[in-house]
Amino acid sequence: MSLLSDHRKREESVTFSSEPAGMGETHELLTLNFGPHHPATHGVLRLLVTLEGEVLRDVKPIIGYVHTGIEKTAEDKSYWKAIPVVERMDYLAYYFNAMAYCGAVETLLGLEVPPRAQYLRVIHLELNRIMSHLVWLGTSALDLGAMSMFWYCFRERETILDLFEMSSGQRMHTRYIQIGGVIEDIPAGFARKLQAFLDEMPRRADQYADLLEKNEILLGRLRDTCPLDAETLLGLGVTGPLLRAAGVPWDLRKAQPYSSYDQFDFKIPVGSVGDNYDRFRVRHAELYESVKIIQQALNGLPEGPHIVDDRKVTLPPRHELATSMEALIHHFKLVTEGFRVPEGECYYPIEGPRGEYGCFVRADGSAKPARVHMRDPSFVNLQATAPMVKDAYIADFIATLAMIDPVLGGVDR
Amino acid sequence: MSPPVAARRGGWPVPDPGGLEAIAQALREADPDCILGTTHVNGRAEIQIEPSRNVPVLEWLRDRGYTFLASLHGVDYYPHEPRLGVIYELLDMREVDRVSVKARVSTDDARIASVTFMWPGADFQEREVYDMFGVEFEGHPDLRRILMPEDYEGFPQRRDFPTGGEPVLFTHNETDGYGADR
Repeated sequence: MSLLSDHRKREESVTFSSEPAGMGETHELLTLNFGPHHPATHGVLRLLVTLEGEVLRDVKPIIGYVHTGIEKTAEDKSYWKAIPVVERMDYLAYYFNAMAYCGAVETLLGLEVPPRAQYLRVIHLELNRIMSHLVWLGTSALDLGAMSMFWYCFRERETILDLFEMSSGQRMHTRYIQIGGVIEDIPAGFARKLQAFLDEMPRRADQYADLLEKNEILLGRLRDTCPLDAETLLGLGVTGPLLRAAGVPWDLRKAQPYSSYDQFDFKIPVGSVGDNYDRFRVRHAELYESVKIIQQALNGLPEGPHIVDDRKVTLPPRHELATSMEALIHHFKLVTEGFRVPEGECYYPIEGPRGEYGCFVRADGSAKPARVHMRDPSFVNLQATAPMVKDAYIADFIATLAMIDPVLGGVDR
Repeated sequence: MSPPVAARRGGWPVPDPGGLEAIAQALREADPDCILGTTHVNGRAEIQIEPSRNVPVLEWLRDRGYTFLASLHGVDYYPHEPRLGVIYELLDMREVDRVSVKARVSTDDARIASVTFMWPGADFQEREVYDMFGVEFEGHPDLRRILMPEDYEGFPQRRDFPTGGEPVLFTHNETDGYGADR
């Protein structure tokens, strides 16, 4: 009979090979299980860590605890009914998931999204980016012992969620972005409320900086801890703020503008060393840039339709259903069968709060996608954990994990 | 604030059909059998390759500037043969240019060489394709399931794998399922 427990037998393929059991340089090595239920993992992430005293010699992420088969589920839904499930992948970046997916389907359909819809998308995408960064900042500061930051960040996040609720009726997983545009124009009063937020947000971001940047403990925890050079990051496929912190000014909003991003004036914050402090500074600076983009989009919001005027793809306006037989028929067809997409494949990459969200959609000519795959930045970026934290203190490992900002819903999908 | 020259509205720059053909031609000259075809549809430049030649082709493209592996994912073309597709989305960050490389393998002999030695970031993504489609990546340092439980049987993203066939675990039978005691 094997000495291994059932549990270990199942995981025999989890190699401990890189953990040289026995002695490290001076102390005995200890392999420890970390998570999946641990507040510092920011979700259901499990890590096998090998420690020599307090120094981390190796770390192996084990994922899949919140795998829900979203990509498989999406194959069973018609194109527009797949949007809600796709949104639930990375649950802090729902607008980005929807945008990548809708962008891919629109490309396959050859749809031209109206300018107003593109601007409305930009406003909501950037609000979502700020919201995601606020959750990151609040929880990361919490990991580093700054309790009050959490409340401040969630206070501003609340304002954003209120705005989401105003424009779409939902606070999270809003299904606002549709194939061909957005579901509804912004309601009366939205612009005023948004303006109040835009006026306040830079001031709040200044306050965060005052609280954190002059905090000796926080600076000590972040500066010069766990840097990683740009070349290694690129080899690992890392994108987003982590890559920019290492000094690579790569941002898809600038490099391959989509949804009218080429019409806005904004900067790409980059770091120099690529340590945890740079990662913190880059995301913090992005808060201001996103506010600038939203302000420009709000000021220059073009008039026109909020969704493409193609009744084969989008629902007819509600009032037409009572008077137009064709509208009623098309409404019925769209809600039951959905629309068909010509055969083809598309990979649609966009810049999300964590890096490149690339949605691959394969259409086989039917009303359901034959394959939906999301290249989620959290999933790819997670591989950079081990090279970053090798030979660092376990306390720095917690800080680094916070700065990587993985969202496990996106990792596991 | 002028948009980049290559930028198109709602899309991204890829080599034009002529450029794609030039790449394919140069690859054919290096190895006559490696290219099966090219397509240029919907702003997507794609090269279909012979799966056994994936490493030399990708190395050639990498040396030509497509240094970043943006994504690696699998597709099932059921009922068409060869059924499984492994797609490499390559990116040239200097020229801002994307090209897709597709290798099709059959389910009977679902094997292809790993590219982790070129891009360490392919590690998780190849494991995901193995987990979901059953494509074995030869030379991968640690090829095992990544999202599904270790003892899971079958490859759930294949098109002939049914949805809803999973037994529902209630309290009285909770130990019957995959990975129940972990």
